[in-house]
Amino acid sequence: MAVGSLYALIALGYTMVYGTLKFINFAHSTVFMLGAWGSYLLARSFGWTESGVEIPLIAPLLILPTVMVACSLLGFIVERVAYRPLRKAPRLNVLITAIGVALLLENTAALDASTLKIGKDWLTVQVPRLVGTQPQSMPSLIPNETVWQITGEPATDVAPGTGVALQLIDVLIVGTAATLMIALQWLVYGTKLGSAMRAVSQDMRTASLLGINVDRTISFTFVVGSALAAAAGFLFAIKYSGLNQPSHPTWVLLGLKAFVAAVVGGIGNIRGAVVGGLLIGFIELFGAAYLSAHLRDLYVFSILIFTLLAMPAGIFGKATIEKV
Amino acid sequence: MNSNDKPPMWKWLLKGYGPFLIFFLIALGVYHVPVAAVGEYNLKIYTMACIAIVMAVSLNVVNGYTGQFSLGHASFMAVGGYTSGFVTYYGSFKLWGDTQIHGGLLGSGDWLFFGSMIAGGLVAAAFGWLVGLPSLRLRGDYLAIVTLGFGEIVRVILQRSSRVIYDAEKVAETPVISFVNAEKKTELGGLVTHIGGTIGFDGLPKYTNLFWVTFVALAVIFVCYRLKASIHGRAFIAIRENEIAAEAMGVNTTKYKVRAFVIAAFFAGIGGALFAHEQATLLNPRELGFQRSLDYVIMVVLGGMGSISGSILAAIGLTILPELLRSVEQFRMIVYALLLIIVMIWRPQGLFGIYEIWELPWLRRLVGRIFGRRPKQ
Repeated sequence: MAVGSLYALIALGYTMVYGTLKFINFAHSTVFMLGAWGSYLLARSFGWTESGVEIPLIAPLLILPTVMVACSLLGFIVERVAYRPLRKAPRLNVLITAIGVALLLENTAALDASTLKIGKDWLTVQVPRLVGTQPQSMPSLIPNETVWQITGEPATDVAPGTGVALQLIDVLIVGTAATLMIALQWLVYGTKLGSAMRAVSQDMRTASLLGINVDRTISFTFVVGSALAAAAGFLFAIKYSGLNQPSHPTWVLLGLKAFVAAVVGGIGNIRGAVVGGLLIGFIELFGAAYLSAHLRDLYVFSILIFTLLAMPAGIFGKATIEKV
Repeated sequence: MNSNDKPPMWKWLLKGYGPFLIFFLIALGVYHVPVAAVGEYNLKIYTMACIAIVMAVSLNVVNGYTGQFSLGHASFMAVGGYTSGFVTYYGSFKLWGDTQIHGGLLGSGDWLFFGSMIAGGLVAAAFGWLVGLPSLRLRGDYLAIVTLGFGEIVRVILQRSSRVIYDAEKVAETPVISFVNAEKKTELGGLVTHIGGTIGFDGLPKYTNLFWVTFVALAVIFVCYRLKASIHGRAFIAIRENEIAAEAMGVNTTKYKVRAFVIAAFFAGIGGALFAHEQATLLNPRELGFQRSLDYVIMVVLGGMGSISGSILAAIGLTILPELLRSVEQFRMIVYALLLIIVMIWRPQGLFGIYEIWELPWLRRLVGRIFGRRPKQ
């Protein structure tokens, strides 16, 4: 459930961008990664990464909004600089630009402290250390407590650790994710900006004819998507404290799975993304638990292929008939 | 056309297969380039560039000519590479009892390698057919996502294979059938043989040399170029331009889409075989994942969709560029990414668009001005 809601949060960003611009935003998983690492950097700047430091309970409430705001700013800048000039270009180009942006962000984040010299002494730049190339461990901001536990048969034949244990952290993750999703639901279906977003995703030209500022709406889509990805990154960081270095393939893989979730749910469809995320999370975990843990990636991608073969537009997607 | 107009057999053969003879001679020439004069590092880059050319040009058949979007080209490469690696590695054991290189240029070992390349290509082509089938139902991005998913599945399955058998005696006493892995039978890994799992397939004989990369690269370029002008190529391009119109003109679009996938996968398999025997010490499933597929897509788009010379130049450029940028160390990938973004914004249609280099309008005008001829319209 917790993993599923993480996937769902990331999938929302993919699905929103795809809905409006019709391209796969490969930089999205990078934003997610930066969200996770940004939480770590913030925690470090407060000195919470040292062992034995008392972490105030307010910490998550402090970090989460900061990371979300920072990442949405980043999403805004990326859209403005890299994607907007390509609004009329073929979609493949935008896709490749997205790959370029992802590479750029990843490797910028991975910079280590060093001195860059261009020419001999023509230009010397001191490069600060950002994330670096080492995996780090996130401090546990949430106390590791079990909220609720069901054990099947009492004592004897139940091995320790079996039964269902509900961790506080999982409850918080699901709760945060659900809150954000409800907020998004309200934003998209209950506000003027939301109806502008939906109009742009249906038909960009007609929307602009009707007086909607298309560029601003698209920017806003990116801002919201990036904020959701950042939130997912933060939740990921507090759940799995080990953070891999920025260019590690696990980040891309997580992003890909979230994207698969968006596709399975019917890309461009917000409720579909949530359902798809939860579905992928469930299938992955149950497959890993009952079949084989090594093949978890396989389940996800097989689900993708079978869903698409059976329902070419995803579960909630509308099949469109191409007209001449 | 009257059947009497047909050119005589020898002319026809020469025109069709003569170029391969020339490629063979060129490749022989390249093979004899002294290593000391050029430097081993440069030769390595040359080899990698040739493999990149094979991959980019073959991907161009699917992405460029047919306009289908494949994000799983490296998985065909993996399938071909592993198949051919399996054939040469265990084949060598069965034939000679070790994995040394046997025979010199075009010696017995080279023929084994050639056979394994073809085998790798064929198996990859079979997978290409398998992936091409969904394109009956899926369009555009969905197809891309399925090819991507397929690539990831290939990677996971390859990673679940078990370790390579290094011992000659053990290989000799293992019957071919039991190469199906017994110890991991409970999992899907049982389907895959001893090809190294996550650590990679090591100990492959290093058969890929200057002769093979040159010959294969030239042959693939030639075949793909001829393909473009053939009846198949025209059908591919018709599908790219407008699928519905192509269908209305009597092009069997599904058949040709699958055909494009099969052809591209075949060449990708051969490229994979070259890659596998180039690495020699390590062939790793992770190397051939999603990132590498993206690299080839970048080459095709950068060169211009459907432009072979564009793909070739992009493949060479994108192989050399990261090497040139080694001097700026950790900023290498940042510079690379920036260049990519800038080129895409500045020249969205790729370097050459849909033209070949000699078809570029401005180049023709320039040449016409220099040599005093009027440019052909």
